[in-house]
Amino acid sequence: MQSSAVHVQESDIAATRPVLPAPHMANPRRLSIAYSLYRNKAGALGALIVLFVVLVAVFAPLVAPYPLDTDVPVSVQLRRRLRPPAWAGGGTSEFLLGTDALGRDILTRLIYGSRVSLAVGFAAVALSGTTGVLLGLISGYRGGLVDEVIMRIGDIWLAFPFIILAILFLAVLGPGLDKLIAVLALRGWARYARVMRGQVLALREREYVLAARALGVPGTRILFRHIMPGALAPVIVIASFAVANTILAEAALSFLGLGVKPAVPTWGTMLADGRDYMRDAWWLATFPGVAIMITVLGVNLCGDWLRDALDPTLRI
Amino acid sequence: MLRYILRRSVWSLFVLWGVTLLVFFAIHLPGGGDPSMLYLPLDVSREQLEAFRRAMGFDQPVHVQYLRWLTRAARGDFGTSLRYTKPVLPLVLARMPATLELALSAQLFALALALPMGVLAAVRRNSFVDGLAMLGTLIGQSMPGFWLGMMLILVFGVALRALPISGREGPRHLILPTITLGTFFLARDTRLVRSSVLEVLGLGYVTTARSKGLRERTIIWRHALKNALIPLVTMVGMDLGALLSGTVVTETVFAWPGVGRLVYMAIQQRDFPLIQAAVFVIAVIFVIMNLIVDLSYRYLDPRIRLAES
Repeated sequence: MQSSAVHVQESDIAATRPVLPAPHMANPRRLSIAYSLYRNKAGALGALIVLFVVLVAVFAPLVAPYPLDTDVPVSVQLRRRLRPPAWAGGGTSEFLLGTDALGRDILTRLIYGSRVSLAVGFAAVALSGTTGVLLGLISGYRGGLVDEVIMRIGDIWLAFPFIILAILFLAVLGPGLDKLIAVLALRGWARYARVMRGQVLALREREYVLAARALGVPGTRILFRHIMPGALAPVIVIASFAVANTILAEAALSFLGLGVKPAVPTWGTMLADGRDYMRDAWWLATFPGVAIMITVLGVNLCGDWLRDALDPTLRI
Repeated sequence: MLRYILRRSVWSLFVLWGVTLLVFFAIHLPGGGDPSMLYLPLDVSREQLEAFRRAMGFDQPVHVQYLRWLTRAARGDFGTSLRYTKPVLPLVLARMPATLELALSAQLFALALALPMGVLAAVRRNSFVDGLAMLGTLIGQSMPGFWLGMMLILVFGVALRALPISGREGPRHLILPTITLGTFFLARDTRLVRSSVLEVLGLGYVTTARSKGLRERTIIWRHALKNALIPLVTMVGMDLGALLSGTVVTETVFAWPGVGRLVYMAIQQRDFPLIQAAVFVIAVIFVIMNLIVDLSYRYLDPRIRLAES
């Protein structure tokens, strides 16, 4: 037991030590990204998955077996409704993952559905990340009442059942990609603000910041040029996990029938449609979920890798 | 301590007020406005429409409506549901046990498995068991909960016919919704327990305990775990919102008669008084639970207690 305990400690240290290139390397930053991806196989897999989904989303019209809006007459299309996947009994290679209740090709809709998931995931996180970072900077640098107010509101925000507010806003505002992004962006700011504030408080009294202040550098310039770059690492890590959670939240909202307009395929709405056919057509409710899971898994793996590379002490 | 509780309680009241304001604001965003037409026949006369709006107070400016709601709510009168034409508070409270039952059982499910799994993964770091646990947690955190629920329905409800898939009629009905809601938290808590046990195992007092010749089991379960639990308690507290969010979707998948489903329907039907009351009750529960969590980690971590006094 004793020896295994020592082993635990040693490997623990080895695993959490950030991967740094030797100082003489020509371009340390680029090499360190490549090297740490090489070392972290899971992270590399995650990056590959994300890259794959992004490419599929961007080139959807080229990859998809069918166009999204077919000019096939409704009567023809309905005749091929609820076809099982190719490998199941009754399926054909014509529709690899089968067709839905309206005779539409599921693979095609899955491919186009990736667009909404990714757009919402990244856009909402970018928005809330920027807002949160700004508020955190202000909060940490100004202190006092401003700090108190921002942080206390953030406390409520972090813990309140967000989906209820999201449902409320979306039900009132109506469907739309922009509204969906706005509502999901509302969710995250408090976490970034809190972390950023902590970072600012830690860096504010550092010698190089004090030196800049003594030289008469204006406050905002100190904040953005001297403090923010050093404080961003945990924000990037949090943001990467936030993308994963936002994709999941978008799926949940779409599943509840709140999100983009009904004609646009999303993984969440496909799942909602599939719910009505669980007894007869298992594939409707299965594949969109698998697509979500693989995508989110890829993003989470990237997040793990970023955390280990940038800030191993972060506990997320 | 008493001062602390008092200060926190005042703050909690402030939070509750903020929530009511936020919800009221959301309802009255452009496009929300006036639900009268949803509740009246299409051929309603102009006079009848006006009378309904006056009776419900929809003809007043928003801030007047809010003040009226607030003063009545302060006296315990939360109004009447537009859809059910009954007082809203009893409606919400009647659904509360179902939601709490689901949330609690999901949390217990998550903790009961996450503690042993996390400790095991930490103690056998980099072993096969550890790898399997970490892979499992990664997948558990990457699935939409409601989709897991649908897959469980496919397997246990449709294919095996082993478990009930909708309603709330007994303990067996609780099984699938619990797994559905609890899996995400199980995955996350397992990772958290693992990392904080690993951290604590490297600390001096564990080495001291070892050098005293204590059994490894005692060291881990009695000495290490108590300190490793602090981040978990914090997380459990912060999870409350996510847990209640999760009940909305889970209740929809399994037709579980809880508050989440009630709020969702109320929002769809623009049943303003019901929305207000339901969100308010959820906020109350949420605030109380947060207070309990805060107090409990002051108990677990003497450093916090000392810093206060």
